Amino acid sequence: MASSETVPAGRKQGGLATFLRSQMRNIAPFLTLIFLSGFFAAASPSFATLDNLGNILTQVSVTGIIAVGLTFVILCAEIDLSIASIANVTGIAVAYFTMQESYVNIANFPMPGWVAVLLALVLCALLGVVNALGLTLIGIPSFIMTLAMMQIAAGISALLVRGQIAYKVPDVIATLGSGSIGGIPWIVIVAALMLLAGHLVLTYTRFGRYVYMVGGNREAAEYSGLNVNLILGSVMVIAAVCSGIGGMLGVAHFGSAQQNEFDSYLLDSIAAVVVGGTSLFGGRGGIGNTIVGLFVLGVLNNGLDHVNIDSFLKILIRGLILLAALVINVYAQRLRARTAE
Amino acid sequence: MRSPILELQGITKAFGGVEALRGVDFALCAGEIHGLVGENGAGKSTLMKVIAGVHTEFSGRFLLDGHEAHFRSARDARAAGIAMVHQELSVVPDLSVAENVFLGQQPTNRFGLVQWRRMAREAGEQLKRLGIDVDPYSRLGDLPIGLQQLIEIARVLFSGARIVILDEPTSALSPPEVERLFATLRQLRDAGTGIVFISHFIEDILRVSDTVTVFRNGQKVAETAAAATTKGALIEAMIGRDGKALEHSYSDDLMLPPPNAGSVVLKVDQLTFARSLRAVSFEARAGEVLGIYGFMGCGQQELSRILFGKLKPDGGSLAVDGRRRTFGSTASARRAGIALVPESRRAMLFHQEPVYKNISISILERISSVLLKPARERAIAMRQVEQLQIRPPVVGLDLGMLSGGNQQKVALAKWLTYPPRLLVLCEPTRGMDVGAKNDVINIVRDLRAKGLAIIVLSTEPETVLSLADRIVVMKRGAVVREFANEAVSKDRLLEAA
Ligand SMILES: Nc1ncnc2c1ncn2[C@@H]1O[C@H](COP(=O)(O)OP(=O)(O)OP(=O)(O)O)[C@@H](O)[C@H]1O
Ligand SMILES: [Mg+2]
Repeated sequence: MASSETVPAGRKQGGLATFLRSQMRNIAPFLTLIFLSGFFAAASPSFATLDNLGNILTQVSVTGIIAVGLTFVILCAEIDLSIASIANVTGIAVAYFTMQESYVNIANFPMPGWVAVLLALVLCALLGVVNALGLTLIGIPSFIMTLAMMQIAAGISALLVRGQIAYKVPDVIATLGSGSIGGIPWIVIVAALMLLAGHLVLTYTRFGRYVYMVGGNREAAEYSGLNVNLILGSVMVIAAVCSGIGGMLGVAHFGSAQQNEFDSYLLDSIAAVVVGGTSLFGGRGGIGNTIVGLFVLGVLNNGLDHVNIDSFLKILIRGLILLAALVINVYAQRLRARTAE
Repeated sequence: MRSPILELQGITKAFGGVEALRGVDFALCAGEIHGLVGENGAGKSTLMKVIAGVHTEFSGRFLLDGHEAHFRSARDARAAGIAMVHQELSVVPDLSVAENVFLGQQPTNRFGLVQWRRMAREAGEQLKRLGIDVDPYSRLGDLPIGLQQLIEIARVLFSGARIVILDEPTSALSPPEVERLFATLRQLRDAGTGIVFISHFIEDILRVSDTVTVFRNGQKVAETAAAATTKGALIEAMIGRDGKALEHSYSDDLMLPPPNAGSVVLKVDQLTFARSLRAVSFEARAGEVLGIYGFMGCGQQELSRILFGKLKPDGGSLAVDGRRRTFGSTASARRAGIALVPESRRAMLFHQEPVYKNISISILERISSVLLKPARERAIAMRQVEQLQIRPPVVGLDLGMLSGGNQQKVALAKWLTYPPRLLVLCEPTRGMDVGAKNDVINIVRDLRAKGLAIIVLSTEPETVLSLADRIVVMKRGAVVREFANEAVSKDRLLEAA
């Protein structure tokens, strides 16, 4: 070991370095976003326009709605792999309870619009409750439990549509999913409101505090007399309901309800939460991070369309960005743990 | 005297403007056991972390074998032959005993595959030297915390390091285990290892060390040969004033008070749990401190978990204030008015959250219905911090930045704002310095005067003797003796257990 000079215990330097290190998980995604935006703006004149901003917002809306609930789950250091399937089945259910055109060959049960919406919401909440019970009462790891639920929800979807495509949804859903007000698409407004609500709940309510504490140290939460199972169960239901809402609006947005329509949303939502910097180990991050993550993904997907790039290469690039985000996520956790040693 | 293998000169280490170490000189020779004492927050652990490469930014000179060294990580330090047992357990609960003993240095064959059988055999042999007989294949997390600590110690002692640092290794050990540890330390010393030993048990320090160094407020205030000093002198140097009042030995008889007439708050009847508890019955009364004493593994830990709804008993019943209860969760036990402070800080504190959130978490229900009231939380936390004299008195600081003893105080502070009916304390003074121990004794007496029923479970006779009005002794899962309204001493407790 060679000799080396000792480092002076400077106050400011130590303080600032420590601060930056502890904020790594918030700073890194933000820098990524700025870098990507700058890159695409320079590469393509059509990227940095108001119109295109609107496009990006619309494109990330469904993912955003689903990601709200997922953020709660990941903050608790759990995972939900059934979100996309639940979104799918809820979207199909709301169409199933709506009168379809005669050429749609589905044996469905038409109901008044609000009943259809209510039934669809009850369905996704119920699926969430099943997730919650499996996780807490039986003790199945969330990874496995929601993997099973992914299949179950896909199965229900299949039974409902039997390979057909439904088009009609209740008016209110159609408006929220594909209408707009004053030039702003309703779906963007709904996504923004849900993200805001998620943020307020996580930051300012007792329940939100519990979510962070359970994620930060589950054992300590239990020894503090918190009902950990109740909190874990709640986040699973929240995730399912958010997915359900995303699914209904998504169906309206795409203009059709069919099997496997939402498959790509599982990865997108997880990516948005994790790329944003919410810790996979729980207890750190939040909706703010998820929003940044959504924009990173949105800018990336959208920007790659503006520059001339092999569309097969796009998939690879997204994979690499996700990998980089995961590395930062795990690394930030380690830095943080060291600072608090 | 030989020349030191490790020499630190003028070490200063600050955390964001707060100096934890100020110009500390420290030297360690080969073949020496160097005892280190000081109040909570004096800087003992910080200095050791500097030596072990955990803290890499500091000022001052760091000489190893007379050459300047600068570690960039704990790995560097290990490569240079420095190994440390941290104050907080750092074992991996999900790995086997053998894997934990060989953590980071598993024996491999020439294909790079782990040699399981060899690892298990050697782990078993090493643990035997410390008097531990345990299946090397068992999962570490399933063992009691004392055993886990021994296994962590074993890992460090037998890692072949020539400088071994033990930061409060004995706090979870039973007297016979401590004896075996000391015998092993002496063997290693005689073989030329340099050992640093930190403890709040001054008798232990005096018994096993060759040299003793005293810290106060981030500075070294004394260094003497162990043979040339006394417990009183060390305490005085530690706290900077006359330490006579804090010096108890508990070797003489102590008179337990006559039974008190308070109502029965908790009645435990014929409780059984797996192989850990066999038909345990006792009562705890309001305004009384019930001590439960026994060696590590006597079933205390399981008992405390059952009282707080963390474990479900196989048989028997609990009654709180005369009503039979079965707790489905810790939350229902808390609502029934029961509070628990477990023996492991890690188990009940959130290291990455600020102090005030740690204090308010158990009482949030009482502070807010839906919306949080952070200002109120901080005020409540501040009151507890002042009452318990938690240092530094900053409620916004992350808990992980407090010294071990101060963290322990926070664990207690959680339950004090809205006192429960029954407070269950496991090893309440573990890791606390003499002054803080006294503070805890006073707090517990206060709470008793307020009419709480308090149960203190400990494997240290001193803790039980200093706090309890009535003492139940447990042995292998059963209650074997009760001391009430009679004379009791450390020897009698040890004899009964
Ligand atoms: N990572 C950290 N960040 C900020 N402050 C710290 C950190 N680690 C320790 N400190 C502070 O440095 C001081 C010395 O702490 P240290 O852990 O060395 O005490 P100690 O002598 O080991 O006490 P104890 O007997 O309670 O373990 C304390 O005031 C503590 O709050
Ligand atoms: Mg310490």
